[in-house]
Amino acid sequence: MAASSLALKTAVRLPARRFASHFTYQPSVAPASLGAERTKMNLCQAVNNAMDIAMGTDQSALVFGEDVAFGGVFRCTVGLQDKYGKDRVFNTPLCEQGIAGFAIGVATIGSTAIAEIQFGDYIFPAYDQIVNEAAKYRYRSGGLFSCGGLTIRATCGAVGHGALYHSQSPEANFTHTPGLKIVVPRGPIQAKGLLLSCIRDPDPCIFLEPKVLYRQAVEEVPSGDYSIPIGKAEVLKTGKDVSIVAWGTQVHVVSEAAKLAEEKLGVSVEVIDLQSIQPWDEDCVAESVTKTGRLIISHEAPLNSGFGAEIASTIQKRCFLSLESPIERVCGWDTPFPHVYEPFYLPTVWRVFDAIKKTVKY
Amino acid sequence: MFKVLQSKAVVSLARRAASNEVSFQSKEYKLHKLDNGPSTQVSISRDDALKFYQQMQLIRRMESAAGNLYKEKKIRGFCHLYSGQEACAVGIKAAMTDGDAVITAYRCHGWTYLLGSTATQVLAELTGRISGNVHGKGGSMHMYTPNFFGGNGIVGAQQPLGAGVAFAMKYRNQKNVCVTLYGDGAANQGQLFEAANMAKLWNLPVIFVCENNGFGMGTAVERSSASTEYYTRGDYVPGIWVDGMDVLAVREAFRWSKKYCDEGRGPLMIELATYRYSGHSMSDPGTSYRTRDEIQQVRKTRDPITGFKDRILSSNLVTEDELKAIDKTVRSEVDDAVTHATTDGVLPAEALYTDLYANTPAQLVRGATAEETFAQPFLRTEDLLKSMGQA
Repeated sequence: MAASSLALKTAVRLPARRFASHFTYQPSVAPASLGAERTKMNLCQAVNNAMDIAMGTDQSALVFGEDVAFGGVFRCTVGLQDKYGKDRVFNTPLCEQGIAGFAIGVATIGSTAIAEIQFGDYIFPAYDQIVNEAAKYRYRSGGLFSCGGLTIRATCGAVGHGALYHSQSPEANFTHTPGLKIVVPRGPIQAKGLLLSCIRDPDPCIFLEPKVLYRQAVEEVPSGDYSIPIGKAEVLKTGKDVSIVAWGTQVHVVSEAAKLAEEKLGVSVEVIDLQSIQPWDEDCVAESVTKTGRLIISHEAPLNSGFGAEIASTIQKRCFLSLESPIERVCGWDTPFPHVYEPFYLPTVWRVFDAIKKTVKY
Repeated sequence: MFKVLQSKAVVSLARRAASNEVSFQSKEYKLHKLDNGPSTQVSISRDDALKFYQQMQLIRRMESAAGNLYKEKKIRGFCHLYSGQEACAVGIKAAMTDGDAVITAYRCHGWTYLLGSTATQVLAELTGRISGNVHGKGGSMHMYTPNFFGGNGIVGAQQPLGAGVAFAMKYRNQKNVCVTLYGDGAANQGQLFEAANMAKLWNLPVIFVCENNGFGMGTAVERSSASTEYYTRGDYVPGIWVDGMDVLAVREAFRWSKKYCDEGRGPLMIELATYRYSGHSMSDPGTSYRTRDEIQQVRKTRDPITGFKDRILSSNLVTEDELKAIDKTVRSEVDDAVTHATTDGVLPAEALYTDLYANTPAQLVRGATAEETFAQPFLRTEDLLKSMGQA
């Protein structure tokens, strides 16, 4: 859009129906190493299945949060109370700071706490507890205590119409705090394996579930108990001209842009799902950029101080002599998450495509 | 930016005395740390009766329209309906005087209407159109008018804000109150207790109002709250339990409470016992944690509009024809609002960048074109609207 066209003086007419979503889901296939038996699940069911397995194998595991007893607003915990009882799966009052603090207490004494914060946007009342209590318990007690059994699940990301307080992606708010692990899955297979890793990890984890994928993302998920390691990225598609790093829903956006770039520009794109935001797989990204010489990072959260900045800084240092063009970031704009302007705000396929073009032609 | 389109001024005392007036007995109030409370003998004038009926009907009708627009996917995202709770807002509003403020949670459509917006502005905000209450920039939960500090999308976040607003009123020697509303769910947020302490410590003219509709999202009050006597939960803050389905009892309680606060004795904590007919939001059918029978029973025996209508008709204060005429105008007002809310345009794209900061030169905002930063053409939505000739 040229700057001059921005001086538009008339109201915009809305199309009769807005586009249902800004991406096309690209399903994954689980490797054979995760077991032969498969069940078709969406992301919501995969998360439910992971919690089911965690509770079945760990008698100290508890699930709690707002309305989780009957399944929660997104239905992720459906059936767990029937199976494990009211002592282990229960509703809390609507008080996020209380939920987080309570969960930290539960975890500190050695139990496994799986707490749900209904929307990532509601995690901020709990921010103090997570940042000042959960993250520092091990450090400040010289290793005597920890709350490693703590996993906070929260939904994140754009959903087409969520507006200010039901759309944000708060991962970078937490990566600034040493002591926490932050994970964002791109689909059901990853969600199950990564959530089980988080629940069993000896450090407090924040597991952010892109809510737009709950129903839309469907895959053949390995039925057994498996985990996917935290801190490891996955190269979804190899390429030689430019590397793109994303996580969560954005993986599907950049995958689509990568395909488009191959068709229209003949550019070979390597797509990396970071999946673990803290700790993040520096080696994987650095290796890729050393090969391609170019890097684009894309996330829904605003550009300013987003996690893309951390990746860009690290990679320019590690790969300085390999870089052929400046590292590009394609992110949400530096505004609050807007209501009717969501289509303009999001780092869409076209914006990613444009970044590929610019990077390659630099 | 916000224009009060209609003045819905409170009818003066003199006029009330001069017109036909009838009295009713309201349910007993329950008092907490108070020696006396509002009168259970409540009276109402003809004019007020017609006004309250119109207001409650309009809110009910507007909420039904919002629900339908949501089902037609013309309202996207979130939408929390006030149906069943109309007597709370209408009763409180009737006791308010110039300069009184209100801050509430996400169930804010009725309040937005009562405090100066039209049905069109409310519904157009929900559909994200330019004629919306804040021109589509807020959407569900985020509507504002002068002295109405909004809906709020974060559970409980409005509670301390209300105490702050009340402090400003006290500091300016205003004889005003800040009505600070929250649901039974948000009554369990720690912020309420922090705010109550400050309010009592400094005797602020804040009336904390717990609209107890029985359910915090999908959890019944007995399952979420160690004490469900929400009017007592301010401990050292005196409280009153009020039948929130009786618009006259609500008005009486707030008249009394306003006077109490005007005497410098605030704060107060009021529980309005009410009920919501719809689910918590549109994604909640509202039937998985209560029976359909229960909802029907409330509709039959406690409905705030039906109950009020019966009273004013059977006492011959108003006629059936008068109420029918109101129903008719309400219907056409809401129908017009629906038409407008579904056909109006949306603000142009540069509104994405307006209202970021107030007192600095135009910001360079990253974005707008794919690789450039961009100086905001307009700092404020108001300026943008002026440039379009719409302010």
